Amino acid sequence: MIKDITIGQYFPGDSPVHKLDARFKIVITAIFIIMLFSADNFISLGAALLFFVLSFAVSKLPLKLILKSMRPIVPVIVITSLLNLFFIDGVTVISIWKINITQQGLRTSLFMIIRLIALISGSSLLTYTTSPITLTDAIEQMLKPLEKIKFPAHELAMMMTIALRFIPTLIEETDKIMSAQKARGAELDSGTFIERGKALIPILIPLFVSSFRRAEELALAMECRCYNGGEGRTKLKVLVSGGSDFAALCTAILFWCAVLLLNVYTYL
Amino acid sequence: MENIIKTQDLMFYYSDISDEEQQEQEENAPKAEKKMIFEDLDLEIEKGSFTVILGHNGCGKSTLAKHFNAILMPCGGKVYSAGFDTSDEEKLFDIRKRVGMVFQNPDNQIVASVVEEDVAFALENMGVEQGEMRRRVDDALKAVGMYDYRLHAPSQLSGGQKQRVAIAGIIAMRPSCIVLDEPTAMLDPTGRSEVLKTVRRLNREEGITIVLITHYMDEAAQADRVVVMEEGKIILDDRPENVFSNVELLQDVGLDVPQSTQLMYMMKQNGFDADTHIINEKEAADFLFELFKRQVN
Repeated sequence: MIKDITIGQYFPGDSPVHKLDARFKIVITAIFIIMLFSADNFISLGAALLFFVLSFAVSKLPLKLILKSMRPIVPVIVITSLLNLFFIDGVTVISIWKINITQQGLRTSLFMIIRLIALISGSSLLTYTTSPITLTDAIEQMLKPLEKIKFPAHELAMMMTIALRFIPTLIEETDKIMSAQKARGAELDSGTFIERGKALIPILIPLFVSSFRRAEELALAMECRCYNGGEGRTKLKVLVSGGSDFAALCTAILFWCAVLLLNVYTYL
Repeated sequence: MENIIKTQDLMFYYSDISDEEQQEQEENAPKAEKKMIFEDLDLEIEKGSFTVILGHNGCGKSTLAKHFNAILMPCGGKVYSAGFDTSDEEKLFDIRKRVGMVFQNPDNQIVASVVEEDVAFALENMGVEQGEMRRRVDDALKAVGMYDYRLHAPSQLSGGQKQRVAIAGIIAMRPSCIVLDEPTAMLDPTGRSEVLKTVRRLNREEGITIVLITHYMDEAAQADRVVVMEEGKIILDDRPENVFSNVELLQDVGLDVPQSTQLMYMMKQNGFDADTHIINEKEAADFLFELFKRQVN
């Protein structure tokens, strides 16, 4: 079960979306999110969705990946849509006991569902088509100007790199500790919520202890390889931006403008 | 021959208490409790040699290795690495560039999530220019036979492969010496032989000085020189066949000898004319063959 975590998983490919400069991809994703939130009606939301569908088609990713990325947020979607459904005043459509479902409620909750799904799939498109290490590099370079005001851009990027590197290692380790505790008679899958919470303690403590040990050894190994912070560092892979990156950015901005224009149809 | 590493009257101890407390205590009682690791240790490692340091747990061999590239500073005496005094802080990176170090757990020394990025890590730190970096990364990966895996994630590799990536990360710096601290302790037999083969090839073909710390006698038998440590002292220091012929002394300090040597030792004790300088299976087999031939005649 623990191995099914897909957040931030990268699917290598050769599509134009994969080849896009990661910095541009981050900016475009941000524009897409702004697009979603500035859409007021279904037509402008449709325009934003069209942008996502187009990018997704160009990326040549299998459709089931997007469905897979939906799975963890299903509860969030359900809760938000239910809240919107029951608590918005307006023209009543169905009325059960004291609860009224209104036209406006239906509209808003449908709108929220589409918006949330688009939000998650849009940002997963970024992580699916960009390797974590390129993503980190891009973030580091985008934050670099902030180093002038003492913002620790390199340190932040280094932390992300190490975190990404150790996620599979720690997952493996957690699995091992869980098996070891089960072999000693720990019951992890049964009991009340509190009991299960308590059963996590003998898993978390060894995990933390071993993480600290790993951190110490890693620091030593990094020192042996002349690590001395971000100053004077060069990169194996340097991000380069070209014409296609700017073209993609312009397309995103155009779609955003379209969304803003289509917002005039306020009654849909 | 020129020396790449030289320790002179090396002294090192761990204090049971932190520096701050120690200062406080020193005002009251001048002598804080110290756990002495070495006293007056002298060791020279020749350039281009393959030296194995043997000893059971806690004999100070890892602590000694950490002095070789200025991770630990001597409390007394001097350590010279690649011609630099390790206590000279300005030369810290010059030393670490020339004397690389590989540790026991391959998982805990790989920094990046792509093999080639990890090999480039040291070069990125050193500020090597991009084209040169690409060349050195490729060369290093080819030298350890991991070039085909350059785009893999470390988590997809076996223990032996990960350890070879860690070695590549060191040789990309083009060091003149590599210190390996029990690099095979966490590996399965296949991984062990992969790593050892790589290390021996680097020594023979690239002329890199190797200092290998190990528990495994068969690994030690392949070296040019074996140094045996016990409680911070060097008790034996010679060619492997001479070291292992001291079967009783080694067993006294809790070390094994290679199986072939053990066999020869037992035969000798039972009245056969066996030579305990035999340290590998082939020589042992040849000896037994000769012995049987004589018996038959």
